[in-house]
Amino acid sequence: MLPVSMDDLAEKANLLRSEVVKMLVNAGTGHSAGPLGSADFWTMLYFGGLVNYKADEPWWEERDRVVLSAGHYCPILYAVLAEAGFFPKSDLATLRQLGSKLQGHPVARVLPGIETSSGPLGQGISQAVGMALTAKMDNKKWRVVCFMGDGEQDEGQVWEAYLCAAKYALSNLTVVIDRNNIQIDGHTENVMPLDSLAAKLTAFNFNVLEIDGHNLGEIRDAYERAKVTFEKPTAIILSTIPGKGVDFMENEPGWHGKAPKLAEAVEALAELRIIRTLGGKIVND
Amino acid sequence: MINKEMYLLEEVKNPLLKAMRDGYGEGLAEAGKRNPGVVVLCADLMESTRTDLFKKEFPERFFEMGISEQNMMGVAAGMAACGKIPFVNSFACFNPGRNWEQLRLSVCLSGTNVKVIGGHAGFGNGTDGGNQQMFEDIALARVLPHLTVVVPADYDQAKKMALAIADFSGPVYMRMTKPKRAALTTGGTPLTIGKAQVLRSGKEVTVFACGAMVYEALAAAEELAPEIEVEVINVHTIKPLDKETIIASAAKTKKAVTAEEHSIIGGLGGAIAELLAEELPTKMKRVGMRDKFGESGEPDELLAKYGMTKEAIIGKIRELL
Repeated sequence: MLPVSMDDLAEKANLLRSEVVKMLVNAGTGHSAGPLGSADFWTMLYFGGLVNYKADEPWWEERDRVVLSAGHYCPILYAVLAEAGFFPKSDLATLRQLGSKLQGHPVARVLPGIETSSGPLGQGISQAVGMALTAKMDNKKWRVVCFMGDGEQDEGQVWEAYLCAAKYALSNLTVVIDRNNIQIDGHTENVMPLDSLAAKLTAFNFNVLEIDGHNLGEIRDAYERAKVTFEKPTAIILSTIPGKGVDFMENEPGWHGKAPKLAEAVEALAELRIIRTLGGKIVND
Repeated sequence: MINKEMYLLEEVKNPLLKAMRDGYGEGLAEAGKRNPGVVVLCADLMESTRTDLFKKEFPERFFEMGISEQNMMGVAAGMAACGKIPFVNSFACFNPGRNWEQLRLSVCLSGTNVKVIGGHAGFGNGTDGGNQQMFEDIALARVLPHLTVVVPADYDQAKKMALAIADFSGPVYMRMTKPKRAALTTGGTPLTIGKAQVLRSGKEVTVFACGAMVYEALAAAEELAPEIEVEVINVHTIKPLDKETIIASAAKTKKAVTAEEHSIIGGLGGAIAELLAEELPTKMKRVGMRDKFGESGEPDELLAKYGMTKEAIIGKIRELL
């Protein structure tokens, strides 16, 4: 992979945010806040050289497994995979339409690069644990990244999976939690308090890293630290602003599970375009 | 008349009693020998599920998941996504009872090659009480797209089935009961997933049975002969149903009784009723749990009380004739 500058990556993240807005307005339904809020992470993961993959050979045996546990984030993952060349960008316009491979929530292997089916929360993490166990059993070098929402942590299965990841000392597993503090019914601390999430994960014997989820350098450094942490799995807690990049969506729980209407999308795209012309300043503001 | 091609044990009156789970445990260890991709997951019930045999031989391919059936199903799906053939083991009431949604999404929708083993089904847990006597698992499994559902009839069939599902590509649910029950099949008895077995041919009524009720059906047929000629079919694969064999038999006898240690709703009886209602409406009676929960008691006492015995089958046959 060619070296890319942080400015280029920041710009790419905002380009992908625009793709997400276009996909959602086109589909008419879908989730806005999480995909926009996590765009910086996903951009860094795929274009900052953090994970190994071959877009033209999506099921390459030695690839790192990227598991999207929080399936409702899929618009950003779809946009990232298309940008990486897993499938044509023109497919993005078919999100949620009849016959599309871009299902409203991902279905395993229907689309190149999609490892698991998701939507019902808490299931991706167990599958990620199973993959990491397999890699260990077979002495494989590839790693597993599991992306989760913070509301998703309400599911009991998640904590079963954490117990298991710690039991088997899955140092090849990195759990990434988007701590944006919102879920459908409101703020996470009102719906079902999670704090201190870091303390809980530490108690579950994870190596826990809390970072600014919009800071590309911190994302890269945290992932590199996870790679050199042995004997335990790592959890990276991304502190993010839901809806990041679109002013009227930021920090509004109402935008968790809603798609923009046409006028809103026009406004959002204009805003993202201005940010891009400022050289991705959004990342460092 | 007993079908000689099925190579059944001849003793019907005083059968040898053997546990299906013992057959399964031996079959699983053998599957592990034949295929290095077979891995086994268990939720704190290693001895009860007889997966300890596999563990002894292949400790590096055995995973103790603790009392976490939901996670266990997901972990298995993740392993299957990487090419393994995971067998997921617990009591039917937890597996697929507790982890049905994980079975639905992580296994069935994704088409991952996971084998789900539900033990101690029906009255298997007798004295433990109604809380874990599972009569709903076949219904829960049967409704899921992509899932094959099998119910071996005895010890030897459970052993063969373990090997067969390891070779079978795609998700499978296999259910068994706990107590030692009559052995009827032998090493020579054939087994093909999806192919029902005509164990005894007759022309007046057909009993479609699965699991340990297959023996009860054979015993009922033996008792009624020669007065009434009963055909007995072992429907060890509930899904996909062997439509051809079932319809051919119903066309011949024009009367059907189903027998299972499961709810009459949604299980074998439900499946046969759906098929015959559409293809060949046939007079029919169902033997099974009649929309109730169980209670504490010895399995044999409970089977008698709730009507899942040879006598219950004979009663339904007489009602039809």
